[in-house]
Amino acid sequence: MDNIMNPLLGGITIGVASSILFLGIGRISGISSILAHLLNRPTKIDVWKYFFLFGLLAGGILATIFYPGKNSFVLENSLTEIIVAGLLVGFGTRLGSGCTSGHGVCGISRLSKRSIVATMIFMAFGILTVSIKGVF
Amino acid sequence: MALNLISLISGTLFSIGLILSGMTNPKKVIGFLDIFGEWDYSLAFVMVGAILVNFLVFKFLKKEKPVCGNGFSLPTKSSLDWKLITGSALFGIGWGIVGICPGPGIVNLTSLSSEFIIFVGSMMAGMFIFKLSGIK
Repeated sequence: MDNIMNPLLGGITIGVASSILFLGIGRISGISSILAHLLNRPTKIDVWKYFFLFGLLAGGILATIFYPGKNSFVLENSLTEIIVAGLLVGFGTRLGSGCTSGHGVCGISRLSKRSIVATMIFMAFGILTVSIKGVF
Repeated sequence: MALNLISLISGTLFSIGLILSGMTNPKKVIGFLDIFGEWDYSLAFVMVGAILVNFLVFKFLKKEKPVCGNGFSLPTKSSLDWKLITGSALFGIGWGIVGICPGPGIVNLTSLSSEFIIFVGSMMAGMFIFKLSGIK
């Protein structure tokens, strides 16, 4: 039971955060879509996205200050793996219109058929990749 | 201004939720995806918590209009096309390789580790390649 408390509380916090964005300004907290806007010329209507991204960084900075060690992780991957994974995540989330936050959290909560299918697919391919990697 | 403040608060809280839940820890995420190995199921409760809150909010607290702004902006597509399926599969593979999805990637930038900077840089490059591809 102990090990599920933090995931559950963290999940509830994520839910509250995305509800604030939705009820507050009517937008979905799909992080890959928000991030992709950095590639577009800034427009007035998208300014909230910069503030949201800045908030993500602010949370990380707060955690580093108040809980040192809780925000420093290492990737156990080669440089090539990191780059390939980054390219796949970036391209894939744009082609599939979302990631864990947009499809997995917001979409499923709205019972969107597309998001439920997308989540099942990226979970399945994630599981498959980890299993195949484990063999080598 | 209120719009931006709401986004900043939402982003910060979202980030804290990700850190608290364990989603920013690549080792933990890979353990969650490793269902055929030593499966760490605890991260499933992140989705339980986040979806529960969002589902209740969408169902019971949604008003005519958000507190700020003109209205709700929700995805309108409902068809399951090749893009959704292929994109989600590619994203799942990338996620399985490193154990980091877009939100946690951004949060982990604050540890100033070169690995995460390279990962997020590659992710942006993947998004840029998608943009250049002209796929709509």
